[in-house]
Amino acid sequence: MLEHYLSLFIKSIFIENMALAFFLGMCTFMAISKRVDSAIGLGIAVVVVQAVTMPVNNLIYNGILKEGSLAWAGLENVDLTFLGLLTYIGVIAAMVQILEMTLDRYVPKLYNTLGIFLPLITVNCAILGGSLLMVERNYTFPESVVFGFGSGIGFALAVIALAGIREKMKYSNVPTGLRGLGITFITVGLMAIAFMLFSGIQL
Amino acid sequence: MKFLRDILDKSEKQFEKGGKLEKLFPLYEAIDTFLYSTANRTKNDSHVRDALDLKRMMVWVVIALVPAVLMALFNTGYQANLVISKIADFQTTNWQQDLVLALGLDFNPDSIFSNMIHGAFYFFPVYIVTLAVGGFWEALFASIRNHEIAEGFLVTSLLFPLILPPDIPYWQVALGISFGVVIGKEVFGGVGMNILNPALTARAFLFFAYPAQISGDKVWVAVDGISSATPLAQFADHSLTVTAGWWDSFIGLIPGSMGETSTLAALIGAVILIATGIGSWRIMLSILVGMIGMSLIFNTVGSSTNSMFEVTPLWHLVVGGFAFGTVFMATDPVSAAMTSEGKILYGILIGILVVLVRVVNPAFPEGMMLAILFGNVFAPIIDKIYINKNIKRRLARNGL
Repeated sequence: MLEHYLSLFIKSIFIENMALAFFLGMCTFMAISKRVDSAIGLGIAVVVVQAVTMPVNNLIYNGILKEGSLAWAGLENVDLTFLGLLTYIGVIAAMVQILEMTLDRYVPKLYNTLGIFLPLITVNCAILGGSLLMVERNYTFPESVVFGFGSGIGFALAVIALAGIREKMKYSNVPTGLRGLGITFITVGLMAIAFMLFSGIQL
Repeated sequence: MKFLRDILDKSEKQFEKGGKLEKLFPLYEAIDTFLYSTANRTKNDSHVRDALDLKRMMVWVVIALVPAVLMALFNTGYQANLVISKIADFQTTNWQQDLVLALGLDFNPDSIFSNMIHGAFYFFPVYIVTLAVGGFWEALFASIRNHEIAEGFLVTSLLFPLILPPDIPYWQVALGISFGVVIGKEVFGGVGMNILNPALTARAFLFFAYPAQISGDKVWVAVDGISSATPLAQFADHSLTVTAGWWDSFIGLIPGSMGETSTLAALIGAVILIATGIGSWRIMLSILVGMIGMSLIFNTVGSSTNSMFEVTPLWHLVVGGFAFGTVFMATDPVSAAMTSEGKILYGILIGILVVLVRVVNPAFPEGMMLAILFGNVFAPIIDKIYINKNIKRRLARNGL
């Protein structure tokens, strides 16, 4: 059993990397990767939010939305999955808000580090995409915890590596038309080629 | 030699500012400084004086590659001749074979001369296409963006044919080197500013775009329709037995990409690179350590279904592109880690990943190319970690 969770964890970090295999969350990925320090902040924020929202969404899906899950209330044939998208994004926004307030109150230091990143990643497609994938694959609750952590770490790893490259690229002499986002897109493409290393590994 | 200098001096006027061929100055400059030393003199006070400038450094890498090129010529011809000599009344299928016969040679695998010539007909066309197409892009970017043609391309253009299978279509070679030079290097500003090794970027592009011509069992021997598995593929497949001996693999007499089969040639290259201080021994050693460590772990764990688990470190060293990649690709001073400790971490990462991919990833029998690219991607952040550590230590030491 432990082996199963371990392989899911590794799979979600490397093989199904949110940023470099699925290309989810590109907007934040591109915007907050100019400096390594802020990329680390964003990475931690994504890991935290992903690890919190995914299990919560899993509970909501399995407890309320899934067909037949409302049987305890006498509603056997109710299928609320069409509310999925709406619910998940709402849950994510609410969770981030609560997380932000809690951090502000009890761990102000961490709050200051994460700062603007928390509200920013509410609308990050990697977060929502993670939840949707989790539902699509029918993950159980423990699996969703592992998948949440793993995909968060994978995103963090990718964004920190990109920030390292972009800091090094300050010394590059990029053609004028490609400066900024253009060269970043090319770089991300090249990074994705390198990440193909893991594609095909069966775990 | 005086005669050559005179020609260069006489034509210099044309290429200078205001001359007729002003746009082509980078071309002139490249030829001039490749043959002679640069005319630039230092005018100010102190400066570093070293005979090993960037151009000489690249020339040394080319010299270190000579054994690998010779082995590429020999082995490509040898593998083809070996297969042909086993076929009774063989009909030629491509111009290379016709040319060998036209020269009055036969397909005799025991004749070194015949092997070399036959191999040269495969290697040099690929090399010439690489030089022409890659050189065109280099010159174009250099002329438009007003920078010099750097000798880095000499190395890239020699590395690239060496990591290709012998009968790769020439248009793919042209496409691959275009991608490698333009996207892998020039859009970042040229030599010294790229993040991934251009030759490997080019090969990775071909590998994913046209897998049929660069992977599988049919491509490694330059005879049409002959399927000949590389030792790595034989290790990976239960139903096959490994036909090559360890010493054959070490010397390089196995099917594979043209220049990467010979561990011996790579070792000679490694000695030259380390002696001249161009290649980092830290990177080479730590890749070796990572590879040995990881394969010993797999050996101990064992597996009943995957025969790759039992491949010993000694075998991992000689099959596939491990030795060649370790010596010539991973040590590329531009795309590798720069800090001493970072180099060790970078090397170990590559060593571990190579074995990991070879053993557990059924999609690719060989993992060296992508493992090095992956190392390149993480090299800047690895450096950053050690640089920050160093800054912190110095601050602490000075009590700030």
